[in-house]
Amino acid sequence: MILRTAETVDAQRELAAIVGSENCIVDPAELRVYECDGLTGTRVRPLVVVLPATTEEVAGVVKIARRYGLPIVPRGAGTGLSGGALPVENGIVIGLSRMHRILEIDFENLRMRLQPGVINLDVTKAIAAHGYYYAPDPSSQSVCSIGGNIAENSGGAHCLKYGFTTNHVYSATVVTSDGDVVEIGSPCSDAVGYDLMAALVGSEGLVGIVTEAVVRILRTPEKTCTLFATFPSTDEAGNCVSGIVAAGIVPAAIEMMDKLAIEAIVKSTGVDWPLDVGAALLVDVDGVEAEAEHTAAQAVEIARASGALEVRTPRDERERQLMWKGRKSAFAAMGRISPNYYVQDGVIPRSEISLVLREIADLCAREGFRVANVFHAGDGNLHPLVLYDGRIPGQAHHAEEVAAEILRICLRHGGSITGEHGVGADKAAYMGEAFSEADLESMNFVRCAFDPHAIFNPGKVFPTPRLCGDRAGAYVPHATEISEQAGRG
Amino acid sequence: MSSATYADLIADCVHCGFCLPACPTYVSWGNEMDSPRGRIDLMKGVHEGAIALDDSVVTHFDRCLGCMACVTACPSGVRYDLLIEETRVKVEDEHKREPFDQAFRELVFALFPRPDRLRLLAPLLYLFRKSGLQRLTRERGLTNLLPKRLRQLDELTPPLEFSQLRVQLPAFTPARRARRGTVALIAGCVQRVFFPNVNASTIRVLAAEGFDVVVPHNQGCCGALSLHAGRADESADFARALLDRFVPVENPHELDRYDAIIINAAGCGSTLKQYGALFAGDPVHGERAAAFDAKVRDVNEFLAGLEPVAPRKPAPIRVAYHDACHLAHAQGIRDEPRALLRSIPGLELVEIPQGDQCCGSAGVYNLLEPESGAEIGERKVDNILSVAPQLLASANPGCTLQIRSLLARRGIDLPAAHPIEILDVAVS
Ligand SMILES: Cc1cc2nc3c(=O)[nH]c(=O)nc-3n(C[C@H](O)[C@H](O)[C@H](O)COP(=O)(O)OP(=O)(O)OC[C@H]3O[C@@H](n4cnc5c(N)ncnc54)[C@H](O)[C@@H]3O)c2cc1C
Ligand code: SF4
Ligand code: SF4
Repeated sequence: MILRTAETVDAQRELAAIVGSENCIVDPAELRVYECDGLTGTRVRPLVVVLPATTEEVAGVVKIARRYGLPIVPRGAGTGLSGGALPVENGIVIGLSRMHRILEIDFENLRMRLQPGVINLDVTKAIAAHGYYYAPDPSSQSVCSIGGNIAENSGGAHCLKYGFTTNHVYSATVVTSDGDVVEIGSPCSDAVGYDLMAALVGSEGLVGIVTEAVVRILRTPEKTCTLFATFPSTDEAGNCVSGIVAAGIVPAAIEMMDKLAIEAIVKSTGVDWPLDVGAALLVDVDGVEAEAEHTAAQAVEIARASGALEVRTPRDERERQLMWKGRKSAFAAMGRISPNYYVQDGVIPRSEISLVLREIADLCAREGFRVANVFHAGDGNLHPLVLYDGRIPGQAHHAEEVAAEILRICLRHGGSITGEHGVGADKAAYMGEAFSEADLESMNFVRCAFDPHAIFNPGKVFPTPRLCGDRAGAYVPHATEISEQAGRG
Repeated sequence: MSSATYADLIADCVHCGFCLPACPTYVSWGNEMDSPRGRIDLMKGVHEGAIALDDSVVTHFDRCLGCMACVTACPSGVRYDLLIEETRVKVEDEHKREPFDQAFRELVFALFPRPDRLRLLAPLLYLFRKSGLQRLTRERGLTNLLPKRLRQLDELTPPLEFSQLRVQLPAFTPARRARRGTVALIAGCVQRVFFPNVNASTIRVLAAEGFDVVVPHNQGCCGALSLHAGRADESADFARALLDRFVPVENPHELDRYDAIIINAAGCGSTLKQYGALFAGDPVHGERAAAFDAKVRDVNEFLAGLEPVAPRKPAPIRVAYHDACHLAHAQGIRDEPRALLRSIPGLELVEIPQGDQCCGSAGVYNLLEPESGAEIGERKVDNILSVAPQLLASANPGCTLQIRSLLARRGIDLPAAHPIEILDVAVS
């Protein structure tokens, strides 16, 4: 939709009246910094960026957007790697960064009420001294927002044992596409009726704007043992992962890094990891002291039996923190060894890790790219990083094609196109390869139930722009329709 | 800096956003134009000609404190420090500021980096205060009529004792114990005029630790304030003059006398350590500058690296140590001042929450951007008070001035001292 200039000015004036002119960004140069998120390949300049401070302001903005027919893109910290917060031309970006207050800490019921802009790590910081923490720990946790985590159903190293964001959010206050404020979920652990939280978490901003959330907090485990093991290649490291899982151990985290990733991490954080190894695993086991220590000893045995070159345990908490900081800075540290990188995010059955890594290595060698791997080995959630130089014409595009091919490898091995970074704008095109038309159609039903006018994040997730009731291409009736369980309203 | 180098430094940023929460202005306002990632993107836009270097873009560069918290936070090793320095030069060269803005900047830079003029100003401020004129103007709200920036200048200047104004540092102080070496002291501009005791303490502690201390006369400014504001030529002039004092062209071996060149102001230290890079390739100054900066040590850094010989008397006091950005972020000096303070028996050291955030002083930032400086400073003061210290240790004169003035505004009397002053009490 193209607005006439006068309408644009009116819309901007009304928006400024709600959030205050200093929080309503319209200057073209200033808008530039909102043109992309953590995925920098595509940039779109929005019409306006607003930074509301309250749920009411968000609702007011949505109502104005509806009146003028302007699409809305929510934005948290803008660390997303799939272009989820990529603006829509002529659209509004609602930045939640100013809504960063912790509203309530309820130790008795192990929960916290938060505004969406609260930084993930700040949740744990606020309660750590009392012996509690918030479990989902994306590597970007020092910067990404709870709202973004909910939208992406973000995971992290420690989600292997404790589950993704979806297992840690009780309820949310959501501004709907009509500008209404609704409560979804229940602050108690089991709510009656449909599990609407399941539709909200991971909806990538398509269902509504989260303006408050009640999250679950946990007691910090009595003891966490960390071990760092190096291997000649990713094959032995992969076997070690399978061995640990086969022994019935559920590590809190088990992360793999290959040679190139280790190099970037060492350059960035100065950890004294050896550079002449093919792969490394960073493993956490936790629990009550005796249990953690026993399991850690078992894991060390398995690592040795799998051909580990060296197994280390951190000397003290400081070194342990440094090891994890190294792992968590891995993506961002790629800047040390390459001007640009493309992070891929695919999932494969754990048993296929070695095979898939080899196929990826072959592919990248063939296409002339270096590829670094750092990933959540326990979940089979791969993060191959295709390194390229954006200043060389055509390289960015070529890297993207290679990354797309990596996804196809994952699909061929029975995997999926995203583990935790979401579909966003980036992977919408591959949805058609991963899902049948009927699958997509039913997903669209769900979306339309929440946002019939498709004003939230249009162009994301779905491969072709869909309005509610649209039929993309030859229409294949969905099974639920044939059996008359659902209709196309 | 060549255009290609500038572009390469910009290209190092992978847009991950890890620097956002470290940035005090982003924490204040939550907008990305005032975040490191956003500022780098604006630099990129200007450099590539996609956007103009207009008032609005310059505002976001001006609002940057230059605190370097983003450099510490960045996993990709982006040299934001070099980027903003170069950008500021560009702004000064290419952007025309409003007349009042320009005039105020000229005033600040005519005063602060020049100890002689600051010293002239100091008695005037002293008289202004003693005469009761200040109280009068404050009570009548007359100062409220002054533009905010001038008011800030007035509030920041600390209460002066007349005796302080005449303190002359001895040119040579002999070691008080078995001599371990000889060091030279850089006296600093703001430090020298407003905190002469810090220099006196530095000399006493170094002498007590067995060092002869030389204070070369006629020292000027090191150029830090100008450098951080994009006034490249001015800062290079200052730097050359200082270099000539310590390493005269006709006698470059004068430097060999010193085991170290000591500085006790964080902001100056980080610039002094950059001299080599600043004059790299310069046929006249290059070599001397490199030899000079290799010897520069912050006083905390220098003392913490030594086995202490002067006995410390106990000081049972609760001290909060404030990390100056130009020590912590720019020079990576965090543990050393803490270790020195812990070497005093009975002293209880407490950590200030969010200690890696700037206090809003940032050189002359609190003069040029008073509102933002105060907002950031208020957060710092809240954090300091939350750990209830009896004494604040701060190793940078700018920080101390800023925090004291904000505390005074709240009517809170919390003494502040340089770690070396605290150590001085313990060793003398
Ligand atoms: C270096 C690096 C490492 C990363 N590591 C991980 C990792 O280990 N695991 C992982 O899962 N992700 C990881 N990510 C991806 C990213 O950090 C996560 O997806 C994160 O949850 C995004 O949060 P954000 O606040 O930055 O959201 P944004 O990027 O701003 O937005 C993400 C999506 O959420 C929507 N959204 C944001 N706020 C709201 C809201 N309040 N209501 C509704 N929708 C909203 C946006 O529209 C967008 O679709 C990493 C990213 C980087 C740069
Ligand atoms: S942390 Fe470094 S690489 Fe990441 S956005 Fe900030 S400056 Fe760029
Ligand atoms: S130097 Fe400080 S104020 Fe400037 S961008 Fe970096 S963190 Fe922000």
